[in-house]
This record gives sequence, structure tokens and C-alpha cells, in this order.
Amino acid sequence: MSDVSTRDWLLSDRPASRRQARLGQAYRTWSQLRRNRLAMVGLGIVVVLILMAIFANVISPYDPIRGGDLRTERLLPPSWAHLMGTDDQARDIFSRIVHGSRLTLMVVALVAIIATPIGLAVGTTAGYFGGWVDVVLMRITDIFLAFPRLILALAFVAALGPGIENAIIAIAITSWPPYARLARAETLQIRDADYIAAIRLQGAGSARIIWGHVVPLCLSSVIVRVTLDMAGIILTAAGLGFLGLGAQPPQPEWGAMIAAGRRFMIDFWWVATMPGIAIFVVSLGFNLLGDGLRDVLDPKGET
Amino acid sequence: MSALIEVRDLAVTFGSRQSQVQAVQNVSFDVQQGESFGLVGESGSGKSTVLRAICGLAPTSAGTIKIDGKLLASPRDPAFYAQVQMVFQDPYGSIHPRHTIDRVLSEPLAIHGFKNAEDRIEKALNDVGLGGGFRFRFPHQLSGGQRQRVAIARALILEPQILLLDEPTSALDASIQAEVLNLLDALRIEKGLTYLLVSHDLAVVAHMCERLLVMQHGTRVEELTRTALQGRDATQKYTQQLLVASEGFKAP
Amino acid sequence: MTNMLQVEGLNVSFPSRDGPVRVVRDVTFTLGRERLGIVGESGSGKSQTGRAILGLTPASATVTADKLSFDGIDLRHASAKTWRSLRGPRMSMIMQDPKYSLNPVMTVGRQIVEAYRRRGDATRTDARNRAVAMLEAVQIRDPERVFEAYPHELSGGMGQRAMIAMMLIAEPDLLIADEVTSALDVTVQLDVLRILDGLVRDRGMGLIFISHDLRLVSSFCDRVLVMYAGRVVEEIAARDLHSAQHPYTQGLLNCLPQIDGDSGPLQTLTRDPAWLA
Ligand SMILES: Nc1ncnc2c1ncn2[C@@H]1O[C@H](COP(=O)(O)OP(=O)(O)OP(=O)(O)O)[C@@H](O)[C@H]1O
Ligand SMILES: Nc1ncnc2c1ncn2[C@@H]1O[C@H](COP(=O)(O)OP(=O)(O)OP(=O)(O)O)[C@@H](O)[C@H]1O
Ligand SMILES: [Mg+2]
Ligand SMILES: [Mg+2]
Repeated sequence: MSDVSTRDWLLSDRPASRRQARLGQAYRTWSQLRRNRLAMVGLGIVVVLILMAIFANVISPYDPIRGGDLRTERLLPPSWAHLMGTDDQARDIFSRIVHGSRLTLMVVALVAIIATPIGLAVGTTAGYFGGWVDVVLMRITDIFLAFPRLILALAFVAALGPGIENAIIAIAITSWPPYARLARAETLQIRDADYIAAIRLQGAGSARIIWGHVVPLCLSSVIVRVTLDMAGIILTAAGLGFLGLGAQPPQPEWGAMIAAGRRFMIDFWWVATMPGIAIFVVSLGFNLLGDGLRDVLDPKGET
Repeated sequence: MSALIEVRDLAVTFGSRQSQVQAVQNVSFDVQQGESFGLVGESGSGKSTVLRAICGLAPTSAGTIKIDGKLLASPRDPAFYAQVQMVFQDPYGSIHPRHTIDRVLSEPLAIHGFKNAEDRIEKALNDVGLGGGFRFRFPHQLSGGQRQRVAIARALILEPQILLLDEPTSALDASIQAEVLNLLDALRIEKGLTYLLVSHDLAVVAHMCERLLVMQHGTRVEELTRTALQGRDATQKYTQQLLVASEGFKAP
Repeated sequence: MTNMLQVEGLNVSFPSRDGPVRVVRDVTFTLGRERLGIVGESGSGKSQTGRAILGLTPASATVTADKLSFDGIDLRHASAKTWRSLRGPRMSMIMQDPKYSLNPVMTVGRQIVEAYRRRGDATRTDARNRAVAMLEAVQIRDPERVFEAYPHELSGGMGQRAMIAMMLIAEPDLLIADEVTSALDVTVQLDVLRILDGLVRDRGMGLIFISHDLRLVSSFCDRVLVMYAGRVVEEIAARDLHSAQHPYTQGLLNCLPQIDGDSGPLQTLTRDPAWLA
């Protein structure tokens, strides 16, 4: 099939199969997103991050853990040999940042995989059933919300022991409550709609209604929120790393790298600044993408 | 002959203890097998609520509802949903915005474990005059009239005996209203369906229904036959007002 | 009669894959302090005409007009500030689909009170009393309860009347009422029309009444525009609607069921491509 006819097939007003309808819908969303420049910049950053993580071994010129000669290669400024300079262990900062993207991506992905379903499940269940179910679930959510996120994560890590895995669990546990809140608010708007009454009249049970009818409508706003939160998650992970409770040395985690570079901040600015820029750029990327997704996915935009 | 739908002294109360709303009180009527029965009345008089109460979507506080001589279990059992289906007032609000028509129609079949889903979906769409081209569309790609047809197809796909129609055409324009009403009439004859139709348009009710019940403030006003309606023989003042109002606006 | 609203050559088009789709084409009319009906089938561009006048066309669409002026103000190049001073207090529109237009998680009363306070500096209790009185005026039997209710707790017709109350409370000079009576029973319909009629007669409001109920329009309005596929195919005095010339208008009239009609199939409309010319 040539390009033109593929496009027509995707955009057909009369799709002939389930797959075509779904692909068509996805394509429409995509072409709408593509029109938003900033969102594409964000998407570009995220894609670069993913590629960097996959091909870290190929991209990075030096070993991220074992440094070079401690006498001659410590704290070198950025140059062609060391694009971002070296740190106090004579390790190439660029290589460490490239490898660090794996950790960052892992944090982001795992938190999204753990926190989103919890938030969605709690929020939609509370909103759909109302009554005491709502009260109980939302009070639990409130308890989690009442603590500042970093402090709660700190408490969890202190209890579970430092390490990147525990940091991820701690962040995931502390980041679902806002999603639950959001999902509940959306569910409250949806649950009295006629189309929910209609499916109930067809004999569907609560689980089917929540999963098949309520969740898809909450999903887009939650996805947008999660994407926007990614920046915060990366920063929390970095914060934990900075405090020595996240990734442990010599792992190349960006937050921990800033913490290590802090001692040389005045004389050797690049040691702390380079990972800082990396965190900034990636956070910005997720934020831009999230904003773009909101414009495209927000169900209120289309009727 | 005992009636197919038998509603006796129905009352529905919404709300908590502090603020109660008596939406329906003391409403009784019978609908015979194969008949089309109309409910008309003031807006907010509890017409939709009666239909919802029959379906178990509104809390009944008193009275009984029997179908085929049997009291309805609460919550309603699956057999009920295969027997009674409803078409909602607002075609824009009664179809899930993110589901294709195909999904809307196949879900009830999946719930009730029907085997030949493909054939049934094709047939249901044909019955309401929508060709296969509509099957994989999303609701936002349909007009109001087409959506209402999908809602009717969804209600018919489980092959119910009874169709509860809540203002099926009030959101549609005259030409589409005529199409939908003709469709409903044809389906009733073809499949031997029984209709309980809510409308505020007396002309629609006169066209569709053999008998009708007039409601106001949640209670019954009177029951009329089509002939009585056409002869303007209403005994109650409210029904007479309705008949006068149907003639259009008169400047004071 | 002074013309408060002048519309000349109004066009609205939406971009699509196959080039722009013109949903309103060369619509021209003027409105004084009178009741103008717009009728036509679904999708004929009635709502988009109303929206274009109020500058509420979706951002993706393009609106062009040779002339579009309200009370001497050129609306084509109106600034955001001008629009703010016009919309609400001076011109407003009651949208179709009240359930969509009302905020589902805010009580009806609060929404009406906000609409009222937006127009001037009314005190809270004052605004509340006005809102309850307005709900009563649109024949809501239990205004205090409806004031505190959320939209989903209302019947279809009550939601529609709440919406009407919200728009009328600001007492605009120009009101566009888009299918405001479609979910109301005939007696309440007449009550609402009486309120609108009163505003036109006593306050000199201009009313554009969009509806697909031809019977109602012919008995209520002064003039009627009949729209088909974005065009005005016929402009006619409302009382002459029944003797309309255009086959489309006649077709629409013949589709209506009659109380005294037989129960045979209703006539349906056969569209003639020549109407598009
Ligand atoms: N979920 C609810 N909670 C509280 N009150 C409700 C609820 N649903 C309906 N009501 C009330 O019940 C009454 C009857 O409503 P219903 O929807 O049956 O009216 P209706 O006759 O169908 O009117 P319409 O013609 O305007 O649709 C109204 O006063 C309404 O406010
Ligand atoms: N956001 C949009 N994007 C693209 N097309 C649109 C959009 N909104 C409306 N249209 C198209 O504009 C045309 C006119 O729509 P409009 O809402 O004015 O119809 P209407 O006469 O008010 O019909 P109804 O009686 O059903 O309300 C329709 O064909 C519709 O599909
Ligand atoms: Mg109703
Ligand atoms: Mg419209």
C-alpha cells in the first residue's frame, strides 16, 4: 500500500474492522499531537532519553563506574576528550549521565506502572460506589496526601533501607494519592451518565462497568497527570539520591551525582551542573509532552 | 388476560432523610402484551423515574411492579435484562463516547453469553436502518438521529419483549423523528414488542400509543384511550390544558 | 424598527481532510426588537449561526462576514475586552444540551448566582433571592430544592429550565435561544415562551429562537428563517409558515405527526440535490 492510501485507510469515515477503527483513532490523536510543536520537542527529549538508555554501552566513550588515572584525569574541565569533564574519581561525566538515563527511565517507568493502576483503582472504585466505600478509601488517600511527599518517601526508605529499588517503591507509594483523587473526581462526573445506566441495564456487573466504561474515560486525564508528574518523580528520585538514600555509589544516578559534585561547586562547576542540566532537560521534556497530551486527550475537547 | 406489565401504587423517593423528594406517588397502570402505552405529563412529573424504577435504577419506596405476573426481584436478575430494555431520553448522553458502535452492541451479547454475536450485530444494525458502514464508528461520528438508532439497536439486540422508550425523539428534528417513529412502529409489528413510551408531545403519543396515562406532580391524573384523546374528551383540567397548549403559542 | 443586529454574508467553515466544509453559507438577516425563528433539520447550521454571532465558534473554524454588527459595534474585530462587556450582560445564548452546559459538580443555584453576580455588584443574599425567583419564574415547582441540587438530580426539562434561568437572570438585550424548549412538556413550554415574549415586549429584547419544532415557531415568532445545509432557503412571516413555498419547508411540515392523524407511517423527507444550488 502506498503512503496516500494507508492514510486514507486510517482516516476512513467508515472503518471496516475493529482494528481499523482503533488504528484510525490512534492516528487522528497522533496527527493532532504532531501539530503541537512544543509537545513534539518534549516527545523528542523523551525518545532521546529512551534511546540513550538502550544504547548506553555504545554511546558512552568511557566506563561509567571505573575512572581513569586519578593523578592526571581528576576534575578535568569539559573538552573534546571528555565532553562534560570528569569528576573527582576521574570518571567521565558524559558516560555517567548516559548510563544514569537507565536509572532515571527505570524509576519513571516503574513508578508509572505501580502508581497509576493503584490510583485509578482506588479512585474509580471510591467514586463509583460512593457511600462508605468512598469515605474509607478517600480517608486513606487523605492520610497519604497529608504528608509531604519527600518526607514520606524518606520515612519509607529509612524503614526499608537505602537503595534504588526501595526508593522506587517509596516514590510509587507516595505518588498514587493525587491520581486517586483525580480519578474519583472524574468518576463522579461519569457515574450518573445515561451510558452507565444503559450498560447496567444490560446486566453488566460493577467490575465490568468500572473497568470497561469508567476507567477508559478517566485514563486520559490520569495519563496526562502522570506525565506532568514525571518531572516531580525524577526530582524526588534525585532528591533521595542527593540525600544518599536512593541509588548508592558508585551507581551513576543523576541526583547522587549532584550531591557528590556539591563539594567542588565553586571551583569545578561542571561536576554538579551537568547532571543538573540533564535532570532539567528531561523534566522539561515530560512536562511539554504532558501539556501536549492534555490538549489531545482531554475528553471534554471532543464530543 | 393478565397484563404483561402491572404497576400498582408505585412510589419513588429520592434523597436522604433531611431532603426527600417524592418523585412518584401512587401510580398504577397495566400494559397488555403487544400494546403501546404512553406516559405524558409535566416535565419533572416522574415519567422517566417510573421507567427507571421498572429497571431497578431508581429506589422504589412502595408499591409493586410485576412483569408477566411475576414480582420483580431486586436487584434485577439477568433474565430481566433480556426481557426488558430501555432507550434513554438523550441520544448524546446514552452512548459511551469512547466505544465504537461495534463495542456498544457486542458488550450485551458478551454479558449474556450469546454465541452468534457477528450475525446478531449485523442484523440489529440492519433492523434500525444503519448499514455495516457504521459499525466501527465512534459516536462522535454520528448525528443525533443515528445515535438514537444505535440506542434502539442496543436495546433490541437482546431480543427483549418490552421496550421502555424515554422521549426517544424529543432531541431529534421533525424529519428524523418521523424516521425513528416509523422504525419503532415497524419493529413493534414485526417482532410483537410491547412499548411503554414517555413523551411530552401529545401528537407523538397519539400517533404511537393505543392508551396513555397523564401524570402531574408525580401522581396520575387520568388514563385515556387514543380515541378519547383525538376526540378531546379529557375529564381532568390538566389534560385539557395540555390539549390546548398543544395547539401552539397564543399571545396573551 | 431599529436593527440591533445586522448580519450580512456570514460564513462559517470547518477545516477537514477534504478541504474546508462550509456549515454556514452566506447567511444574511437583520434583527430588531422582535422574535426571529430559525428552523431547519439537524446539522443545517442553526447552532453555528448563533455561535458565530456571539463569537463562540470553535477555534478550529473560520468565520467570515461582510457585516456583523450589534448595536453599532463591529463584532468582527471586537477585542477580548469588548466581548467581555457584551457577552452575558448584553447578549447571551442558551445552549442546546443543558446537561452538557451545566457544570456537573456545582449546584445549580451557585451557577445561577455566579451568572447574576458577573453582571454587577449584587450582594450574595440579593443574588440568591433573585436566582430563586428566577427559578420560580420558569415554573420550577420547588425552587429552593432545585437551587441546592446538582444537575444530575434534575429531570431533563428541569435542567433545561435551570439553564434558561441562568441566561435570563442577566437580562441581556439580545438572546439566542437554541432549542430551549425541546425537553419541556407543552404547558411549561408555553410558560417559558411567555417569559421570553414578556422580555421582548416589555424590555425590547431581541430574540433569536432556534428550534426544530415548526409548530411552535410558527405560533410564537414574528419571522422565520428556514435553513438547509448552511443556507437560508426561505424567509417567511411566521404565521404564513404553513403556506410555505419551498418544498423543503413543506416536507418538514408534513413529517409532523398530528393528534388527529391516522397511525399509518409518517411521511419522511426526500432531499432534492437542487436545493443546494
Ligand atoms: N437522582 C436523583 N436525585 C434526586 N432527585 C431526583 C433524581 N432523579 C430525579 N429526581 C427528581 O425526581 C423528579 C422526577 O424526575 P423525572 O426525571 O422522572 O421527570 P420527568 O417526568 O422524566 O421529566 P422530564 O420530562 O423533564 O424529563 C424530579 O423532581 C427530579 O428532580
Ligand atoms: N467542532 C466541529 N467540527 C467540525 N464540524 C462541526 C463542528 N461543530 C459542528 N460541525 C458541523 O457543522 C454543521 C452544523 O452544525 P450545527 O450544530 O449548527 O447544526 P444544527 O442546525 O444546530 O443541528 P441540530 O438541530 O442537530 O442542533 C454540522 O454538519 C456539524 O457536523
Ligand atoms: Mg425525563
Ligand atoms: Mg444545534
